[in-house]
Amino acid sequence: MAEVLVLVDHVDGEVKKVTLELLTAARRLGEPAAVWVGPGLEGAKEKLAEYGAAKIYVAADEELTSYVVAPKVELLAQLVADKSPAGVLVAATGEGKEIAGRLAVKLDSGVLTDVVDVAEGFVGEHSIFGGAIIAHAKVKRGTPIVAVRPNAIAAEPAPAAAAEEQVSVTLSDAAKSAKIVERVVQEKGERPDLTEAAVVVSGGRGVGSAENFKIIEDLADALGGAVGASRAATDAGWYPHQFQVGQTGKTVSPQLYIAVGISGAIQHRAGMQTSKTIVAINKDPDAPIFELVDFGVVGDLFQVAPQLTEEINKRK
Amino acid sequence: MNIVVCVKQVPDTESPRKLKSDDNTLDRGAADGVINELDEYAIEEALLLKEAHGGEVTVLTMGPEKATDSIRKALAMGADKAVHLVDDALAGSDALGTSYAIQQVLGRIGFDLVICGSESTDARTGMLPAMLAERLGVPQLTLSSKVEIDGSTIRVQRLTDYGYDKVEAALPAVVSVVEKINEPRYPSFKGIMAAKKKPVETLSAADAGIEADKVGLAGAASEVVDATEAPPRAKGQIVTDEGDGGVKIAEFLASKKFI
Repeated sequence: MAEVLVLVDHVDGEVKKVTLELLTAARRLGEPAAVWVGPGLEGAKEKLAEYGAAKIYVAADEELTSYVVAPKVELLAQLVADKSPAGVLVAATGEGKEIAGRLAVKLDSGVLTDVVDVAEGFVGEHSIFGGAIIAHAKVKRGTPIVAVRPNAIAAEPAPAAAAEEQVSVTLSDAAKSAKIVERVVQEKGERPDLTEAAVVVSGGRGVGSAENFKIIEDLADALGGAVGASRAATDAGWYPHQFQVGQTGKTVSPQLYIAVGISGAIQHRAGMQTSKTIVAINKDPDAPIFELVDFGVVGDLFQVAPQLTEEINKRK
Repeated sequence: MNIVVCVKQVPDTESPRKLKSDDNTLDRGAADGVINELDEYAIEEALLLKEAHGGEVTVLTMGPEKATDSIRKALAMGADKAVHLVDDALAGSDALGTSYAIQQVLGRIGFDLVICGSESTDARTGMLPAMLAERLGVPQLTLSSKVEIDGSTIRVQRLTDYGYDKVEAALPAVVSVVEKINEPRYPSFKGIMAAKKKPVETLSAADAGIEADKVGLAGAASEVVDATEAPPRAKGQIVTDEGDGGVKIAEFLASKKFI
């Protein structure tokens, strides 16, 4: 069975959940071979094995993570040439999509991005125009490269050998042209990553101020979820930009999405419409968000949300 | 400094967007065209850099005839001139074909800096700026929330999942910007009037030296095999708060085993 390369998404050795989702998807397409870039594999190997990595190609050279994107692309291109895999899967994060795109240019291969599912033959499923259309696409030439949206495919364990093989690549000068001189890690706190969280609670215009976002945070914390914000809220400076859910922000696909004081403009819906269960609290009964919900309450969020938080905490 | 801003005209997010039934490409006639929102931030950043360092800002777009609307807006904001790559042979190009076509034009017109929005609101692939950097063999300074130029050195802050990276490179380079970077200006009346006199060069694929078999639907390396309207979500339950709205949601969440 042909290999399917899975680029491991990790931060300093901590494997992102999307990697396990990619390994799960890769098992339908061939034999998963994880590609590890940078240091820190020791603590992560077990997890990759648990989710079906038959092999792990390890490129630990620090040079590969000292420059923007291009080194990972050259490594993957070399692995494609050497191992002739059936295809390559990456996470459809900002950087993952860039890796997919550059690799497609390098290999002159077709690329599918931000798919919510991938089936045998590397047929990708896309949810486009804010979830209004489901489209299937496939690659016509080259080695299929597919970037998969985090949280879209359920990760399932299926233990495999995870046999390590050290690999190295000689980088071109062009790959070393955008140098990362400093990494700035911003306080993440205890909450899960927005794009990986099973539960996301988002606040919008109705929240009214930065201080009031505490209501959203309290509800998210009661559910062990992540906090998101609509563009209205981030533009107003009530919550940091990186938590914006929507067309120009993050796309999330959690098991449960709770929209608080968000009207549900298309801009926002594009970023959350593939959530499995949707709940909304809004004082306007005509708010478009109610078209999407499984359960909605028309009411004052300052009454309803704290009561919900209290009720959840009571039931724990 | 010669700055080229890549601009895409996209269907207005607020109007109904659909795919054509015959070839599953975007039906550009079905919706009003507007300038891709993130590209306005790219234009603004180019104008700010020009104001600080001098030079010229050229708008480059690939798209049908009516993409001139977006060109006019960019010129009204303050760009100096525009190049419009327009050819039926380009219709249906995928990101690979599009990046190739734009590379060909950039090779002809030259640049010190290319600035793009980080993604378009229609296809949302987020790949084009990185693909351009790969094709042009220049530094990729994408997903930038801050750009500084100091002589021939360019420094950006690149947004990451964990915060940001400080990245440094030598010009020429490709930059993509996120909306955090600035606040795009509105065209002034004077700007709108001035835009009418600014030069717009129209290029065909052949003019730009683009090989026809590498672009368009036929040159695409991927294809849409089917597209259907998503089934509408089952109508949910909506209640009006009578003092127990929070409790009602909790009961719903409990019924779904979330709590």
